[in-house]
Amino acid sequence: MSIEPILFYIFSTILVLASVAVVTVRNPVYAALCLVLAFFTCAAVWLLLEAEFLALVLILVYVGAVMVLFLFVIMMLDINLVRSKEGFIKYLPAGGFVAILILIEMCVVLGPENFGIEITGEPLKHAADYSNTKELGVTLYTQYAYPFEIAGALLLLAIVAAITLTMRRRPDSKYQDPAEQVSVRRDDRVRIVKMAAEKKQ
Amino acid sequence: MIELLLSIWNLVPEALQTLLIIILKIVVIAVPIMLSVAYITLAERKVIGFIQVRIGPNRVGPRGLLQPIADGLKLMMKEVIIPTNANRFLFVIAPLLALAPALACWAVIPFADGWVLADIDAGLLYVLALSSLGVYGLIIAGWASNSKYAFLGSIRSAAQMVSYEIAMGFALVGVLMAAGSMNLSAIVESQSGSFLHWFWLPLFPLFLVYFIAGLAETNRAPFDVAEGESEIVAGFHVEYSGMAFALFFLAEYANMILISILTAIMFMGGWLSPFQGIPLLEDLFAFVPGIVWILAKTSFLLFLFLWFRATFPRYRYDQVMRLGWKVFIPITIVWILVIGVGVMAELGPWFD
Repeated sequence: MSIEPILFYIFSTILVLASVAVVTVRNPVYAALCLVLAFFTCAAVWLLLEAEFLALVLILVYVGAVMVLFLFVIMMLDINLVRSKEGFIKYLPAGGFVAILILIEMCVVLGPENFGIEITGEPLKHAADYSNTKELGVTLYTQYAYPFEIAGALLLLAIVAAITLTMRRRPDSKYQDPAEQVSVRRDDRVRIVKMAAEKKQ
Repeated sequence: MIELLLSIWNLVPEALQTLLIIILKIVVIAVPIMLSVAYITLAERKVIGFIQVRIGPNRVGPRGLLQPIADGLKLMMKEVIIPTNANRFLFVIAPLLALAPALACWAVIPFADGWVLADIDAGLLYVLALSSLGVYGLIIAGWASNSKYAFLGSIRSAAQMVSYEIAMGFALVGVLMAAGSMNLSAIVESQSGSFLHWFWLPLFPLFLVYFIAGLAETNRAPFDVAEGESEIVAGFHVEYSGMAFALFFLAEYANMILISILTAIMFMGGWLSPFQGIPLLEDLFAFVPGIVWILAKTSFLLFLFLWFRATFPRYRYDQVMRLGWKVFIPITIVWILVIGVGVMAELGPWFD
């Protein structure tokens, strides 16, 4: 028996447990850390699928940047645990209904009749010199060049929109202008006066 | 004797043999790193001492050479104090989370031609991904300590790391465009020629940005706002003592060596001799093995770390942010465009 199935089962067990923990643990900081663990093990599973570029980018973007900011925000907020638990019973029917609906939809869409091994075919084993990064790049910049550009433009738009929506400048508060500060020269601040030395009387 | 050992070795199953060899390689890499970390602390105190016209530590052992050992013993003997209402589990695990990524990065570092533990194609990406994990140790330490100063320190370091990682990532994009590969050994090979072929020349702005962002990522002076002893006591590790405290320092110094060796690999030709292509000197220094050159370059860059610490005052927090977002990121983006033009035009001698 090769080692790959064993690794797959170890990683996927951790992945499922961590994902369950994300929604069940009480402490939001623990929940965020469990999400980090879930991303990490997910990256490991992707590595087993020979998708090393996606796996490393998942760690780089989600674990290295997004989750850091998440944790940052969660730690800053003093979340009231008791209040967030209130109304659990009241919202249970609606929440349960939505959950079951999503479950059924996922079963229909992701079931074996659409994504079974007969439909997708067995994943190919590639040689050691196969570069997942190169393949992705070639597909992304030839076949999907326009969708890629549109996605990029949308993201840029989202950044600009987020900044314009949240930026407010109060005219009465004082700001420092670092550009002005660093461009200060000695001549602007100090004036050396030359005076003739006076003789003792 | 040797035959006996060989026959025992052959009895071991093949899978276990590979595992043992890998573990042995890890030990061969990790032990010198730990020793270097210990002696960099001594070098730091000596170098800064001499810069400030002092002698530095000279009491323990000949010329103070046993000082790191004494420090290590002292830290091991000390009690690990856990503050009241601290989150015990996270408090203990945080130093490990800081140290583990710092050591894991070394798997892909080539020390000489073919001397690498894992010669993976996406080496550059792996280094970037793992070095972005180090911040978790700092954030969790600050939060789990249940202390305001520690928390302020960890928030500062999180903001700083996220800001400088972008500039660092863009600098690496420039390197991989110039080299045409993410494999660190291939990056070194593509700089072969002479020391003018090394990437410090065509990628000079990225070289500076990468090294300065590396300073910021390792929380070293002048970017040590996360520690900021004059403002927030000691930042994220204010509540730590004994070995738990020592682990944070091991991580910081291991990261320093890592940034230095990566800079040496990506911009200063790695294990390539600086005399390559110079008629007489090349033959004269041909006997020097590659690892000596890469270690010499790394040591020089590490010396720069110490030199900067002794020379520059700490940045003000808003200036740190301004430098990262408004200076470094635009510089790297512009230079990536320049490299793109250079690669398309096959500008010699680097991109042809």
